[in-house]
Amino acid sequence: MDLVNIFIKSAFIENLALAYFLGMCSYLAVSKTVKTAFGLGLAVIFVLGITMPINWVINTWLLGENGIFATDLTFLRLILFIAVIASMVQLVEMVVEKFSPALYSSLGIFLPLITVNCAILGGSLFMVSKEYNFSESVAFGLGGGFGWFLAIIAIAAIREKIRYSNVPPALRGLGMAFILTGLMGMAFMSLMGIDPAAFK
Amino acid sequence: MAETTVVAKQESPIKFGKKERKLITDPLNDNNPITVQVLGICSALAVTTGMRNAVVMSIAVVFVCLFSNITTSILRTRIPKQVRMIVQLVIIATLVTIVELTLKAVDFESYKALSVFIGLIITNCIIMGRLEAFAMGNKPYESALDGLGNGIGYGLILIVVAFFRELFGKGSLFDYKIIGHTGEYLINTQTSWLFGWYEHNNLMVLFPSAMFVIGIVIWVHRAWNPKLVDIS
Repeated sequence: MDLVNIFIKSAFIENLALAYFLGMCSYLAVSKTVKTAFGLGLAVIFVLGITMPINWVINTWLLGENGIFATDLTFLRLILFIAVIASMVQLVEMVVEKFSPALYSSLGIFLPLITVNCAILGGSLFMVSKEYNFSESVAFGLGGGFGWFLAIIAIAAIREKIRYSNVPPALRGLGMAFILTGLMGMAFMSLMGIDPAAFK
Repeated sequence: MAETTVVAKQESPIKFGKKERKLITDPLNDNNPITVQVLGICSALAVTTGMRNAVVMSIAVVFVCLFSNITTSILRTRIPKQVRMIVQLVIIATLVTIVELTLKAVDFESYKALSVFIGLIITNCIIMGRLEAFAMGNKPYESALDGLGNGIGYGLILIVVAFFRELFGKGSLFDYKIIGHTGEYLINTQTSWLFGWYEHNNLMVLFPSAMFVIGIVIWVHRAWNPKLVDIS
């Protein structure tokens, strides 16, 4: 039950894209059509779902004080996390290139850029700060990825529809996507509850 | 003798002609990292709550972008394709660590305010995006100009966005209080007959407003430079 809670919380209430605004670059650039957004969303679920448990193992067994080196090595956290993420993304890139060349060419530069998608690294850092255990970190990874997937599908669908609306020419495309994301973010803020500290 | 000097001049890699100037000016306008290439948005949202953070962040990104482009360009023929991302990330992470430690020594106040986001320069897509798109296929000198131009183009937007967010959200610029309702501000809205209606818009400090401000910046930029308008 606890795992289901974490999954739902990370997917909706603490949505990585719309509540924390992480992974915005690929979110805005690849959301022109639902089809490519779908592909990227699946890749993000996969990478988050895999890197989160691996990073948990690294953080607990290698870097922690109770790990095999019995010293506090947390200053290596950032570099090790990013190395795990980079190798996983490289793996995904090879698999996608092999099995779906069309998706590979439509994702273009944004497939390697999943490495620097802040949602992935940010997710791992959140996992550390929330002190999840192994199964909770799996649920958090999959839930966070699912939430990001839903967010990018939603904005892609809106952008496909808004193409038929009479938007001022200079605002078409990217400019409108920013404003739509801002509005969606405001809606998601009400799920999270507005932080009173911001109003001081 | 005269011939040899001419040849040497042509072969010299350091020249600053039209093509080189374009490498620097392109990212400022026609190919701006934030408003056209859509790279580096996350940090642009996070650090633009104040001018001071935005300026420090811009300097850090210009530095990392410049030197990571140079280093990757020098190593580009030796990096195997399969591990290129890891190599690039190690280069970036090293430079970011240099920036982090330097900032800690030089300006501890900014370091405290920015600490997490300096670390997150590693995942700033503008840097790795330029490595992938430019430095992996071009000579060091051109890559250096490209890195410099993109860093400055990124910083420019960051400072514009931070200006509006800090002025309307907190009523200050560089923490220098401009407008507000207590006496320490330059314009005191309680005593001023002209600005008595003015209140800070607290939404400007929150994330969604950064999206709105960048959206409006894109709107103005494209209205001013119509060839960027999205036809599709």
